[in-house]
Formats: sequence, C-alpha cells, structure tokens
Amino acid sequence: MRYSMNQERFDAIVVGAGMGGAACAYRLAKAGKKVLLIERGNYAGAKNMTGGRIYTHSLEMLMPDFRGKAPLERKVTAEKISILQGGQETTIGYAANPQKAQDESYTVLRSVFDRFLAGEAEKAGAMVVNKIQVDELVKEGGRVVGVRCGKDTVLCDVVILADGANSMLAEQSGFRKRTRPADMAVGVKEVYTFPKSNFIDDRFCLAPGEGLSQLFMGDISCGLMGGGFLYTNKTSVSVGVVVSLSHIGEADMTIDEMMNRLLSYPCVANAIRGGKLVERSGHMVPEVGYRGISTLSGDGFMIVGDAAGFCVNIGYAVRGMDFAIASGIYAADAYIKAHEAGDYSASSLRRYDQMVENSFIGHDLKLYRKFPEFASSNPRLFSTYPELINGIMHDTFMINGDGASSLSSKLMKRAKSVGLFTLIGDAIKGGRSL
Amino acid sequence: MRSLEEKLGVNKYYVNEGHAHIEIDSSAGDMLEKKKLINACPAGLYTLQEDGSLAFDYAGCLECGTCRILCGDTIVKKWRYPDNTKGVEFRQG
Repeated sequence: MRYSMNQERFDAIVVGAGMGGAACAYRLAKAGKKVLLIERGNYAGAKNMTGGRIYTHSLEMLMPDFRGKAPLERKVTAEKISILQGGQETTIGYAANPQKAQDESYTVLRSVFDRFLAGEAEKAGAMVVNKIQVDELVKEGGRVVGVRCGKDTVLCDVVILADGANSMLAEQSGFRKRTRPADMAVGVKEVYTFPKSNFIDDRFCLAPGEGLSQLFMGDISCGLMGGGFLYTNKTSVSVGVVVSLSHIGEADMTIDEMMNRLLSYPCVANAIRGGKLVERSGHMVPEVGYRGISTLSGDGFMIVGDAAGFCVNIGYAVRGMDFAIASGIYAADAYIKAHEAGDYSASSLRRYDQMVENSFIGHDLKLYRKFPEFASSNPRLFSTYPELINGIMHDTFMINGDGASSLSSKLMKRAKSVGLFTLIGDAIKGGRSL
Repeated sequence: MRSLEEKLGVNKYYVNEGHAHIEIDSSAGDMLEKKKLINACPAGLYTLQEDGSLAFDYAGCLECGTCRILCGDTIVKKWRYPDNTKGVEFRQG
C-alpha cells in the first residue's frame, strides 16, 4: 500500500467500487464525509460486467448533470424482443425516443463507466484505493468497526458492503447464508468492435448516439430460465447469454454451447459480422428478487447493490444497476442521519432498510417477486411457446403449391398442440407474475 | 466458430503462476454435481476426463463465483479471489 491506511480513521468505508459502492462514496464525499472506497481490481470496473443497459433515473438522482460527463455509450431508442427456435426467429420491435428525462436508459461498458464514477467520488473528496482486497470485516462486541486488508486494519463508523453478486464478506461475517443456486444466474458476454460509430448506426438503422436493446428467448437456453441479449455501444456490440443456475446440471448444453447457439442465429450472426472480438467476460446475476432479501443492515454495516440481491429479471427487462445506484444513495443518506445522531447501531441503520423498502426498489422487487418461480418452473416458456409462435409465423408466411388452408384453422391446430387449457393457465399465471 | 479457449485468449489476465485461487476435489460429487460445473462455468474451465474425473484449470477464470455457489460444499474445496492485482482485468465489461 502506498500510504499507511491504518493511521487514519474514516467515517465510512465502502467495499467495492462498482455502481452501488462508487455512488455511495460519491454521495458521502459530497456531504463532506470522510470516506474510503476500496476496490480489489486494478481500477474501478476491472472486475465488473454488465449486459449492459442502465436505466438512468437513479443516476440522475445522484448526479443531475450526468448526461454531459458520464461515459454513456448510446441512448436506447429501439427495443426488440426475439423469440428463437429451431433456426427460426420472430421479432417484435418498438422504437421511441424517451419523452421524459427520467425514462431514459443508456448502454454502458463497466470498465469505462465505473472508472468514471469512482473518479467522480475521488474528485468529490473520497479516498479511492485500487488493487486492495478486503479480507474481512473487523468486529468489536458484535459491531462492525472496520476492515482488514492483509496486515492493515482501518477503522470507521460504518462499513458499506458493495462487493457484488458474489459477496463473500456478508457470508463470511455471518450476515447471511450462501446464496442458493436457484437464486442466481450466470451470464457470458462477448464484445465485438467495429471501426467507426456510423458503422453501428447504419447496420442497426440508428440515429447517431442512439442505440438498440435486443433480448432473445427460446431454444438458446435449452429449456432453462434464461435468454440472450444484444446491445449496441458507441463503436461495439455486446452480445451474451444469461441462464439460471437452478437446473443447470440437468441441461444438455453448456453455457458456451448456448452462447454458440445464439451466435448461430442469422439475426445475431449478421449483427456482429465483420466485428473484432475484444473480450469474452462472465459474471453472476442475482435473481433472488424480493424473497432473497434478508439482512440489509446491522450494527455498523449496510449492504447495497448486487451484494444485497437487488436485481430483477423479468424476461423482457433485466435490471440491477439502477437499484445499485439508488441503494448506494440510500445507504449514504442513512449514514448521514446516523452520523447526526451519533448512533451507528442496527436500530439506527434500519433507516436504510426502510428507505429501500419504501422506494421503487422495494416496490419493483415485490411486484415481480413471483416471476422467477413462474419462469423457472415453466419450461414451456423457453421451449413450447417459442416453437408455437415461430410455427404460427411459419404457417402465416409460408406459401407453396400444397394448397392453402385458412389462417384460423392453422392457429387452432398450433394452439391444440400445446393444449388450450395449458395455454390459458400459463397466460393467466404469467400475466399475474408480471 | 472460434473455440472458447481462443475467445478467452483475447482477454487480459494477470495469472498468478503456481497460486491457484480455486481448488477442487476431483473425486468428490456424482455426475450431476460435475455437470453443474461443466455446464455453468462461463470460461469452460471444468472438463470431464475420460476416466470420469473432473479436471480444472484456474488460469482463464473470470472470477464470477458460480462454481462456489453451485458446488461450494462438494467439489469446490477452496474458493477465493486471486491475490491483489492478479486475475482477469476487464477492459470492456
């Protein structure tokens, strides 16, 4: 370590310079608090990965002028959902420029974005230390009072755990049990670069600066809950697959084979054709939803972002980064209140839990709490229905010399192949879980 | 299509030679347990050998922790992050 951290005492120590951690450190530093942000990567973002698209309403809450300075890739104005099955593709598209500022979302790359956010925290007065791993939380009489990094111990009032989806610290410290595989998904991503930004504009029919978000479901996840994604960045395209860990051992395909199946679909193959692969990354995604949220705070600590399990995957939207930033803000605000009272006990920091609960985080996680169970217990969603939909499309558009039949009889034949009652039952259950 | 190994080759790694941050018990776990790792590791680092045992190579690890969540009580004996400055470094993310 370049300086001796143990000489100093901090108001707050934030572990992990991802979205939640850097946001929290920025907010605390802005409020004049003495904050230390510790990151194990060689720079903020070096260990982080997203699909990625961020809904920027919470970034706006943190940094109202973010549009002028944050390294955003493209503003999403085009949405597509593609249902893939047996080499066939049915795509639904929607295009609109968000009307209100708070409706905006942008594609991002984490190694660029996180470095920016941690840099802003540093500019605001936070001490940012990279290349250091926190080995354990230091406790005194059951209360968290600091962190230990190798031989160094640094003390503070409150530790904010922002150490990501694979949060070892919360587990190690006994704040929570190890996450169950059913509450996690794993993602892989490839980034393909192209020489110029107008190349992306032209290929995807986008105005300069505007971007596409495309999600895929169907036989790419081999019947498991999961799917694919494609996002356009400034001069690159991110493409990947996310699949639930709940039944992964029973699948007939590895996640790499799922990725290859996605890449073999013409709509994806043509999207990245001629691009240069510059990275193949992987990461875990919490899919616990509201059920999985147990401990958010206690004596001397708060947990934010992925480490707290704040993530929602509802098939047509995957969110985590907006929750992470907002929870970082709430943790900072809860600290500031606790500081005023000079009380960092569990009952004082419960204010953080309440802020989360009463915010859009609590609301949205509760709203979608039934979806993961519905989706993971319903393999029809990822095999039968994609086949049905592509079958209907096939019947509709295929014209040959075999003699035509009416569209309604074709539809009935397809629907009966699934079973009308099954179809109606799933439609009701699925509708309710969303 | 390029192999996974070739694809991972474009990544930036600082491999900590001789210091595996993950250790496995290749004799532990039944086939379902092994298949979890084979199917889920995003870097394809768990491979089934001809004799039915599991082989693992920590170089190439993306540090996601999936194997720890799946088989932390069975096959994966030790899981920690690589030492400071080591391991994968995402330049895109």
